[in-house]
Amino acid sequence: MTAEVNDPRLSIAAGGSASFRPLLEWLARRAEPVAIGLVAILIGLALFSLFILAVGKSPVTLFQLMYTGGFGSWFSIQNSLSRAAPLLLTALCVALPARLGLVIIGAEGAVVLGGVAAAASAMPFIGVVPPIMLFVFMGVAAMVVGGIWIGFAGFLRHYRGVNETISSLLLAYIAIALMNQFVEGLLRDPASLNKPSTKPLPKDYMLGQIPGMDVHWGLVIGVVACILSWVLIEITSFGFAARIAGGNVRAAQIQGLPVGKLIVGFTAIAGGFAGLAGMIEVAAVQGSANASLAAGYGYTGILVAFLARHNPLAIIPVAILLGGISASGGLIQRRMGLPDATVLVLQGTLFIVILFCETFYGRFKIFNPDLWKRS
Amino acid sequence: MTKLLPMNRRNFLQASAAGLAAGTVPGLFGSQAMAQTALTVGFIYVGPKDDYGYNQAHAEGAAVIKKMPGITLVEEENVPETVDVQKTMESMINLDGATLLFPTSFGYFDPHMLAMAAKYPKIQFRHCGGLWTEGKHPANTGSYFGYIGQGQYLNGIAAGYATKSKKIGFVAAKPIPQVVQNINSFLLGARSVDPTITCQVIFTGEWSLAVKEAEATNALIDQGADVITCHVDSPKVVVETAAGRGAFVCGYHANQSALAKDKYLTGAEWAWGNVYTNFIKTAQSGGKLGNFVRGGLKDGFVKMSPLGPAVSAEGRKKFEATLAEIMSGKFSVFKGPIKDNKGNVVVTASTAFAEDAIELESMGYLVEGVVGSTS
Repeated sequence: MTAEVNDPRLSIAAGGSASFRPLLEWLARRAEPVAIGLVAILIGLALFSLFILAVGKSPVTLFQLMYTGGFGSWFSIQNSLSRAAPLLLTALCVALPARLGLVIIGAEGAVVLGGVAAAASAMPFIGVVPPIMLFVFMGVAAMVVGGIWIGFAGFLRHYRGVNETISSLLLAYIAIALMNQFVEGLLRDPASLNKPSTKPLPKDYMLGQIPGMDVHWGLVIGVVACILSWVLIEITSFGFAARIAGGNVRAAQIQGLPVGKLIVGFTAIAGGFAGLAGMIEVAAVQGSANASLAAGYGYTGILVAFLARHNPLAIIPVAILLGGISASGGLIQRRMGLPDATVLVLQGTLFIVILFCETFYGRFKIFNPDLWKRS
Repeated sequence: MTKLLPMNRRNFLQASAAGLAAGTVPGLFGSQAMAQTALTVGFIYVGPKDDYGYNQAHAEGAAVIKKMPGITLVEEENVPETVDVQKTMESMINLDGATLLFPTSFGYFDPHMLAMAAKYPKIQFRHCGGLWTEGKHPANTGSYFGYIGQGQYLNGIAAGYATKSKKIGFVAAKPIPQVVQNINSFLLGARSVDPTITCQVIFTGEWSLAVKEAEATNALIDQGADVITCHVDSPKVVVETAAGRGAFVCGYHANQSALAKDKYLTGAEWAWGNVYTNFIKTAQSGGKLGNFVRGGLKDGFVKMSPLGPAVSAEGRKKFEATLAEIMSGKFSVFKGPIKDNKGNVVVTASTAFAEDAIELESMGYLVEGVVGSTS
């Protein structure tokens, strides 16, 4: 009660700034992740510059090239966006379970099996249904298979006590082996001699490009999925319950929350998104399922999710940034003669510095309005 | 509505992107207009350039043409067979001004290179390993490959003289025609020395999977094989593991003698330097690049590593005699009667396939004496 009385008095004492105070508080809280993130990126780039100097190249040239290759022209921007598209969905596969306190790193498995499921489910319907219906069938099949795959890791975690990080990683290897088995056996197109693949989709049945852009529809699907996931976590009661369970499982159980269902449900949704990424690879890029599906999108997604601090909306800019880094990697190789691993060193450095900077949260008074009042 | 300008939004954006690129890359347009002999050539590799294998063989070929006058070489390694390779090709075209591209991995062909060839009809694309077909594939594309099976046959001769246990081993990636033909050629070469020799084959299932390759090599040696060869992207692990265990080694893709020292008998290597030099000479003289370019040992597409010290005088004699016969163009590895390892006759007594016979391109059987199965 006293607090309620105190508040207006404080505002009166503060005089003219009274109306700005809530806005400032809101800004301060929002500014913390942005400021710490930017500082972390700057520290990471500084460390990376030392590395570049150590191999006798100019960091300035390198950063200029990274800008040119990633964002310096309309072509470069489209290049970055194309590379970001699959990362949006695979990052969600890591971020959603992370809100429940689970570390799932096996999105790759859901991607490849989602791709195989999409290709297999398309086969009987080509020429029978219109393309848009076919995409729905493929998407549903991919999401169901991906969801079962990652949901199984969640199931093992809750009901059998198996560590979800290990099980999801091992399931990814099984998934790739299964994909090879299907693609080289049951589903193989006999015409694919030296690169076993499923029967390719006809041209009219390919998911095309976004009008006016040289980027496929996967980008839009990914952005929509990120926004839906944000709504799911931040606005719905299902997401609220998940966040409670992520904070403290015991407390959630005492409150009567269905923790088991939450874990299996969230991991299944997460796997569904990764499976959808596999479907998009098949429908928009490859045209068939084959070993190229295991391109590491599932693993890069882990990096994106952690950099975005498992916030689905933050995944969008982070994925585009990583897409840009990857797009500029080629230019760095070609112009500076640096090996491909250069970009990996940069990604690794950023990853470690950003994780390290997590310890800065809550340490600066400026970002914490509750502490302002006392001073 | 009449169209006033032949420029829609997409054209406009592309034109402005090109303008931006020209601004950031001074000299790009100058070099294009300078002379007919000036040529920017792009090479794309699926793995590292120094893998002692498939990619190194191509990079060595690229290094040969780099020294030719008027050539600007741009290279990119570790490019996955996804939308990434499409964007890498476009980036080389748009940002570096490349007009001739060599995407060297098999999986780059369909759909990636074909999509880019349709989009950039003025750029020339030549792909390693694909089966370019007139009427089916664009005229600005083509494929080149070498008949390296004869090289594996010569490897087999060296192995046949070196083996004491009469068991030789083959570490293979995937049961596809190119690999299967190498396995069969290797054993047929060994059996031309001693018809009791058998060859155990292990498929790892992946093009590059170091752990499994090491396990497979150890397993083969544990079962008594004392000469090992392989067909994986990077033979480094197989060669070092086998030599470390005291087995003899026959190389593949590139020269691995530095890795196995005196255990290295010989090796079947690509001679891409010759192939690329011919392409560049044709391009610089304004001629038409071939669309379907193939050749073997006698055409300079393939070469053998120098014989190692462990090859006996007798072995050397037979090796050189067979090589001379191959160079004369009268030799065929697959000469009937040949049975597969299930007892079926696969090449009848009256048949002898030349190295370019189309029947060999879809080989799915393992010949008698090969211990293993393709499925």
